Amino acid sequence: MTGHDIITWLIQKYCISEEEALHLGNLLVKYGYIYPLKEPRSLVLRRDESPYRFQTPYFWTSTQWPATELDYAIYLAKKNIRKQGELMEYEKERYSLLHKRINHTWDFVVMQAREQLRASKQRRKADRIVLECQEQAYWLINRPHSEQYQNHDPIMQGCLPSNPWISDDAAHWTMNADVVPVPTRLRVERWSFSFMELLSDTMGRKEFMTYLEKEFSAENLCFWQACEEIRHGENSRISEKVNEIYKNFLAPGAARWVNIDSKTMYKTLEGIKRPHRFVMDDAQMHIYFLMKKDSYPRYLKSDLYKNMLAKAIVPQETKKSVFPFMRRQRHSSPSPAQAATQATEEDGRCCHTVPLLEPIPSSSLSGK
Amino acid sequence: MCDQTFVAATFGPCENCSTPSPLINIYIKSEPINYCSLCVEMMACQGLQKGESLVSLKRESESLKKKLEEERKKLCDVELNQVAEKIEVLGALSIKTRRVLKGHGNKVLCMDWCKDKRRLVSSSQDGKLIVWDAFTLNKEHGVSLPCTWIMTCAYAPSGCAVACGGLDNKCSVIPLSMDRNENLAAKKKSVAMHTNYVSGCTFTNSDMQLLTSSGDGTCALWDVESGQLLQSFHGHTADVLSLDLAPSETGNTFVSGGCDMKANVWDMRSGQNIQSFESHESDINCVKYYPSGDAFASASDDATCRFYDLRADREVAVYQKDSIVFGASTVDFSLSGRLLFAGYNDYTINVWDVLKGTRASILFGHENRVSRVRVSPDGTALCSASWDNTLRWATDFVTENK
Repeated sequence: MTGHDIITWLIQKYCISEEEALHLGNLLVKYGYIYPLKEPRSLVLRRDESPYRFQTPYFWTSTQWPATELDYAIYLAKKNIRKQGELMEYEKERYSLLHKRINHTWDFVVMQAREQLRASKQRRKADRIVLECQEQAYWLINRPHSEQYQNHDPIMQGCLPSNPWISDDAAHWTMNADVVPVPTRLRVERWSFSFMELLSDTMGRKEFMTYLEKEFSAENLCFWQACEEIRHGENSRISEKVNEIYKNFLAPGAARWVNIDSKTMYKTLEGIKRPHRFVMDDAQMHIYFLMKKDSYPRYLKSDLYKNMLAKAIVPQETKKSVFPFMRRQRHSSPSPAQAATQATEEDGRCCHTVPLLEPIPSSSLSGK
Repeated sequence: MCDQTFVAATFGPCENCSTPSPLINIYIKSEPINYCSLCVEMMACQGLQKGESLVSLKRESESLKKKLEEERKKLCDVELNQVAEKIEVLGALSIKTRRVLKGHGNKVLCMDWCKDKRRLVSSSQDGKLIVWDAFTLNKEHGVSLPCTWIMTCAYAPSGCAVACGGLDNKCSVIPLSMDRNENLAAKKKSVAMHTNYVSGCTFTNSDMQLLTSSGDGTCALWDVESGQLLQSFHGHTADVLSLDLAPSETGNTFVSGGCDMKANVWDMRSGQNIQSFESHESDINCVKYYPSGDAFASASDDATCRFYDLRADREVAVYQKDSIVFGASTVDFSLSGRLLFAGYNDYTINVWDVLKGTRASILFGHENRVSRVRVSPDGTALCSASWDNTLRWATDFVTENK
């Protein structure tokens, strides 16, 4: 049947509008009850003469047949054997990933694949093609997703170039220090997990600041940072810090005025009259969610982030030494107690201690 | 990861004493009132009112608890291990002890990693606090304190100070100085004062605030500079043995576990007890948040570790085995949260698969009970402290098995 037929039938049967029929039809395709023949990877219902076919009930999503990795591996193995090199890019990736993960049952997988191919050869060609299409459609939708962070867990996957505790080589720590010229790939990937991950990494935060400057909304992050300082800082300096924030971010005509809704602004300004540790909480949360829902997703799609990801290094695994029992010299590192006193002097010149009323040219903020 | 749910904390003048402070919203016979935490406590201490008796109040609280359990059960749809069936089994783990840190003269009670991923601080029964570079095995600082049984220690986020506390009912902060000649014990500054032993302490996101838990049944938040009490948390009916700060976006909550078998989640701003979990059958020795902040695990003397989901508001997994009969004293998650390391009083550390509920591995080596287990900040190694006077760090030799 054609896409056009499907839509017409839906409109007639359920007495619904064309738009709704299109939407319903799309859902049917997305969940695999109907599959397109011409462009199997594009799971969309087209309102024209493109051909579609019903999926066999065996493969319906409603049967809730658990699509295990083993079955998917068998399917990919079959495809690989049948037509060498026919696997798509992402399929090749998943194939090798599965090969690593369920290596212990790989013989079983290959054997099953061969058996199934042999059994299908005994069918008529037309039937075989139909079955192949159905299976392909099924796996397009149901391929097992495993979104775990296993790659990022050194105790489970090891770490590159080597786990310092095993190899006595602190290279892993040097590469992942707070400030490095080029970060590692895993680190940059981690910034995409959540907004909190991005902000808690010093480099991630700097990068995000650079991005915000380009968008002329850097004052949001500066405001958020200043509010954090109040919440976690000394009791004695609360009034002083609240005053600073007011002058720099909230006062009418302030140099780095932040855009908060009027209700929150009114509440905050009232609260400032008697400053306490949590007086900025509402405003801070408003700005935080603004950044999280708006700037952060755009940052992840931006060229700045994509370039960072492309530039990021994947360290080479260090070759195991010929004499594994010869220990390397384990070098000590400077104590944070020493390093921190130097850093606080530098950090003093940060964005929230900015002179009043002077327009800040954005170029002077990037790079200390 | 979905957005966290918030406790709507209001600010303003208390309806009783008029001081502006974070308010707790409670209901008395369906009438809402907004009091500050001090007034709520005073109200709770008032004598019985007319028509009430201890027995009737007890009955009322029991029936309310039953109702809560029924409501919770209604929302149960599927078990964690059922959902976890789709996930592949963990590969074989090969975690081995690599080094032993010797230097304490008596039982090591607690340890904590520094943010630089290689230093750690440990405290012991003989009153000594040692700061080690675990990578080179060097002892960088040693402090002798007048009191014995330093039950807890913590490293400051900046790496410039450590906090410790124990039977002296206090929690003190010691700034670490690089000057070899300086007597660090002399620079010790008492910050927290409790009326019973201090069982757990941790810095919040900065060096300026300290959160402590105590045998007097309370937890408290202190300003380090002035030693002022910023907020106290009442609700446990017995000693509080452990606490952990939530790794959340708003950074406002923490969980505590105690001898009353309850694990409570608190709001740091208002002092209110937001959630409570009571399913253990004995003292809860340790609580630790899951890396995403939506769940936490607890270790108890009933020989089980349990996993609680904050959004589902219930226990979702129990990690136990018939062969494990000794109490668990400490837990920590691996970096991704897939593995749970638990130290037991039978001198072993069991490694649990959090999602499937099965044991992935077991570590031997200590010669007395394991008092504390902590994964390093970047997840590369695991350190365990024990009553056999040593600390051991172990890591997974994954690469060697490939």
